[in-house]
Amino acid sequence: MTENSSTRTTTSRRGAIRTLAGAAAGAATMPLWARYTHAQSAEPIRIGFQVHRTGIGAAYGRWYDRTTQAAVKLINEGGGINGRPVEIVAEDDGTDPKRGAEVVEKFANQHGCDIGFGTLFSHVVIGSAPRAGELKLPYFVVSEGHHVASGMLNRYTLQPGITDVKSQVQAMAPYVTQNLGKKVTMVFPDFAFGHDHRDFFTEAVKREGGEVLAHIAIPPAETSFTKYFPKIPRETEVLYHVMVGPAVLTFVKELGEFFGPQRPEMFGFIDSLEAVAMDSPGLEYLDGTYFWEGMPRHVQADQSDHDKFYRDAVGVDDRGASVSDPTDISTYAHMFGCWETLHVVKEAMETAGYAGPGDRAALVEAVEAMTDMPHSRAHPQGAKVFNGKTHQVFGHQYISRVEDGRLVKVHTTSIEDTYYPDEVDYTTRAL
Amino acid sequence: MSAARRSLALHGGLIALLFALQFVLPDYHHGNLARIMVLASYAVGYNILFGYTGLLSLGHALFFAAGMYGMGLTIQHLGFTPAPALVAGLVTGIVVSAGLALLALRTSGVAFMIVTLMFAQAGYLTILYFGEYTRGDEGFVIQQAERVLWGIDLSDPTNRYFAALILFAICLMTCLHLVQRPFGKTLVAVRENEERVRMLGYDTFAHKLGAMIVSGTISAAAGAVYGLLFGYVGASFASVQYSIFPLLWVLLGGAGTVLGPFIGTLFMFYLIDFSSGITTAYMLIAGVALVVLTLFAPQGLTGELRRRLWRWLP
Repeated sequence: MTENSSTRTTTSRRGAIRTLAGAAAGAATMPLWARYTHAQSAEPIRIGFQVHRTGIGAAYGRWYDRTTQAAVKLINEGGGINGRPVEIVAEDDGTDPKRGAEVVEKFANQHGCDIGFGTLFSHVVIGSAPRAGELKLPYFVVSEGHHVASGMLNRYTLQPGITDVKSQVQAMAPYVTQNLGKKVTMVFPDFAFGHDHRDFFTEAVKREGGEVLAHIAIPPAETSFTKYFPKIPRETEVLYHVMVGPAVLTFVKELGEFFGPQRPEMFGFIDSLEAVAMDSPGLEYLDGTYFWEGMPRHVQADQSDHDKFYRDAVGVDDRGASVSDPTDISTYAHMFGCWETLHVVKEAMETAGYAGPGDRAALVEAVEAMTDMPHSRAHPQGAKVFNGKTHQVFGHQYISRVEDGRLVKVHTTSIEDTYYPDEVDYTTRAL
Repeated sequence: MSAARRSLALHGGLIALLFALQFVLPDYHHGNLARIMVLASYAVGYNILFGYTGLLSLGHALFFAAGMYGMGLTIQHLGFTPAPALVAGLVTGIVVSAGLALLALRTSGVAFMIVTLMFAQAGYLTILYFGEYTRGDEGFVIQQAERVLWGIDLSDPTNRYFAALILFAICLMTCLHLVQRPFGKTLVAVRENEERVRMLGYDTFAHKLGAMIVSGTISAAAGAVYGLLFGYVGASFASVQYSIFPLLWVLLGGAGTVLGPFIGTLFMFYLIDFSSGITTAYMLIAGVALVVLTLFAPQGLTGELRRRLWRWLP
């Protein structure tokens, strides 16, 4: 390869000026960097909200955002926390664990947030939690994952606003085996969330004297499901199904097409139909089937004042849709977790006399000391019991039956039904 | 000063600058730069195959993940300490890259892209399939106690920064050394005209094989170190977007330049970081910036610098 020296000479001067100009522009942004770094203010309580605005969790993220805004509005109208207003600093994590960890760093080191909050998808929680622990940033997740209570995470990661999948799944087994049938076939996504269902439910069904005939794992990114359904054994009495992701509606519709009028009893997790209208075409066959619900989406005959208050505050109608757009269905079975978590944070900060980041350890200890959380405006989903050792809350679970396109609550588990032996004691770890 | 000395001074100067920045950067940017240096090492590995050898791989996430899981699984299931776990990550990277190279190098051009993409996807699905050990998409945490290398706690910000700097310095200097040696010059010749190189009597397959193994191993080293420094191993790092990222970083920074991967990674990281503070459509801003750069600086930032100013840049 040869070089043209004359070209080099003529372009270098112009190039040098451009380089200098570029460097000057870069230098000019330095004060901006500093401003970002020191943007923390002593006044409001700053809550870093790690929100799934884009990526696979976007539908959940939108409703988590609305619920969070409604809870913060209520808390601020009631005088804030320790007399200080609450400010939400939202950052999109793209439902990605790497970006999630970066967002946690941003909360702690750039925005000067007091806590991090609001993460739903398990892989983002697990990817972000190590950084929260290292930065000693109390990290309140709203994820349902068993990761917190399993002992995988750290002292600074807590889940006080939503129950975990292990307790949910095992609490369903007695009802299913006693009322629907003892021979169960499970259909679930072939990744960690589905494996949790497979493992915990199979174990619980055995304890109840039932039997899981087959496990049918659906690979991720699958878009058509008909080829899996013939694997369902003929003697199946109950089909247990759970699915997440963009293809949930296709999954449920194809399941209906496969069975036609002759179907076994069906029990599903509402995750399969979160943010999907129950009266969508093709879902008529779901009448008479059962669903786990974290919180009943449709208004029930015995609706509590707390549910009514919460529903009005967030802007959700009787059928679980946005009051401003009936086609915009909420993720009602999960999003209460944001509301309840923020109220737990308020209570714990007030107990700990939280004044600033120096009191973060005291805040964690204050949450760990919590136990009973009565059914109230702060806990509209129902009463709960927090386990300070495992950093996990336990609460009632609901089973609904679809009747004329409505989810009608037919069973409420006790909180004790959801208990399992502690797998960790975070309080023994350093703060 | 000769070109070789100038380039040594420039690249050595960058490492010295990064060393000095450790003492002055605010916490947030300090943490970011540690992350950027590890990711830039990944991009340096990618650049050896794409920028210097002219082979466009869409499957480098496989190598990154091979290193990450080779390190993480041995800690998680075999109780390895970080040093042997890092070696395990590197060995996994060598084996996987050599295996894929032997198969994929039988093709070229678009077919090479598709074969590497497919193998990377197969690798991703393998991680999910063996969820019992890998915890599938959720991944697993490398606990703080397991991240202490020779008494040095890698979860400490300063230690993390220096560990990232050491990795980056090794990768950068390896790349610089490689491209100044006959082997590297032959790779460039293969990129420019493989037929002619073969006609001159070189074994181009052996050179491409070597390039792919070096590239894959550097990528695996970056993956292993990333998992160890940030305490998380997960399947998302094996997904297709992590094959696309190094391509974007290298294209932005300048393919076939030693500095380009670092510049590209730095630029892209802060582009996303700043734009996400302005709008939720931050990927749109990143996309527009990419299009503009491709239109007006098709050789990337460092490539433009070389074209206009520093012709001696390696």
